[in-house]
Amino acid sequence: MTRTANAASFDNAEVMNRFALTQRLVGKLKREEAVIGGIGNTNFDLWSAGRRPQNFYMLGSMGLAIPIGLGVAIAQPARHVVALEGDGSLLMQLGCLATVAALGQKNLTIVVMDNGLYQITGSQPTPAAGVADFVAIARGAGIAKSAWAADEEDFDRLVDAALAEGGPTLIAVRIDDKPGVGATDRDPAQIRDRFMRGLGVKQAVL
Amino acid sequence: MGKDGGTNRERPAVHGADAKTTTNTGQATWNAIVQRTLKQNDVKLVVYVPDKVFTPLIKSLHADPDFKTFAAAREEEAVGILAGAWMGGQRGAVLMQTSGFGTIPNALASLAVPYQIPLIMFVSERGTLGEFNLGQALVCRTMRPVLDSLGVETHTITRLDELAFIVDRSIKQAVATQAPVAFILSPLLTGGKVFEA
Repeated sequence: MTRTANAASFDNAEVMNRFALTQRLVGKLKREEAVIGGIGNTNFDLWSAGRRPQNFYMLGSMGLAIPIGLGVAIAQPARHVVALEGDGSLLMQLGCLATVAALGQKNLTIVVMDNGLYQITGSQPTPAAGVADFVAIARGAGIAKSAWAADEEDFDRLVDAALAEGGPTLIAVRIDDKPGVGATDRDPAQIRDRFMRGLGVKQAVL
Repeated sequence: MGKDGGTNRERPAVHGADAKTTTNTGQATWNAIVQRTLKQNDVKLVVYVPDKVFTPLIKSLHADPDFKTFAAAREEEAVGILAGAWMGGQRGAVLMQTSGFGTIPNALASLAVPYQIPLIMFVSERGTLGEFNLGQALVCRTMRPVLDSLGVETHTITRLDELAFIVDRSIKQAVATQAPVAFILSPLLTGGKVFEA
């Protein structure tokens, strides 16, 4: 990540759309990268951006997208892992940022979707809304490669750099309050089994 | 401080190789048996939120290059890490104390159990057999009802001579049946934490 001189801040970052960004991200994944979709609209939009066997969809365990991604990254160091997490979810598990930093997990990228809302429960503002800066929090936790995406093109650059240079990397994006597109099939055993096949852990033909 | 974001940051030096592996009578200690049994079952990722009782096990795991051992900030974080590792093909176990277990029912009920993850949990039992902290005693009473209500296979281990058998067989069962397992390590096994007034 070479661009630090003109790095975006929360205040000048463009408000974008979660589904559009998720599509951009997924379009860049050419090496069977694993993607963990956090609970709620984050994984709904991941689901809607196109089914990939390397996607894992959370149906509960709010706040654990990054830890799950970290676990996959530890188990499969040759594969890049992306954890998509909402701002409210990350607030529940801020400590995991320090764990990621302490391990220096190179093959892990975190994307934080920040609209300041608990959108799926009725769009109540989070306690962090307008107050806390997730990039500053992540840097403070030891993830130096943390940045706000100024706009969609900047998001593309940050994702390219994260996939190419290694991390851990945290990319925060400001998003609007548009609802998620579609909804994930709520079948945990199937989600897990398909994911394990997508990662090459289970190989028997069904 | 790992400012380049890509270097390993050393943890504080609590990881000596001085943990006892045999008792005064030459018997293997509980921690040596757990470590050996984990290794025999290819469980080589250990994530913990520490407890005084686990000190010798944590020390000797850190000193053993066959294991990747590190602390998480919170027990449910460890559950997430181990779920991800399992799906990525690596077996792991979590070490926590009774009060730490009190923080993970949601992660068990919405991740480990429904997604069929063979989560291997070691809980050092506080709150009984000489507990001095009322809060520990109370949270201890919530542990088994939570495990029972979720249908999680649970073994309270009190005897050194049963430890290897229970842990070995139960890890194999957890993996084969794709289901979590909890080992509650009683003060009868570990000595527990003693009130020193």
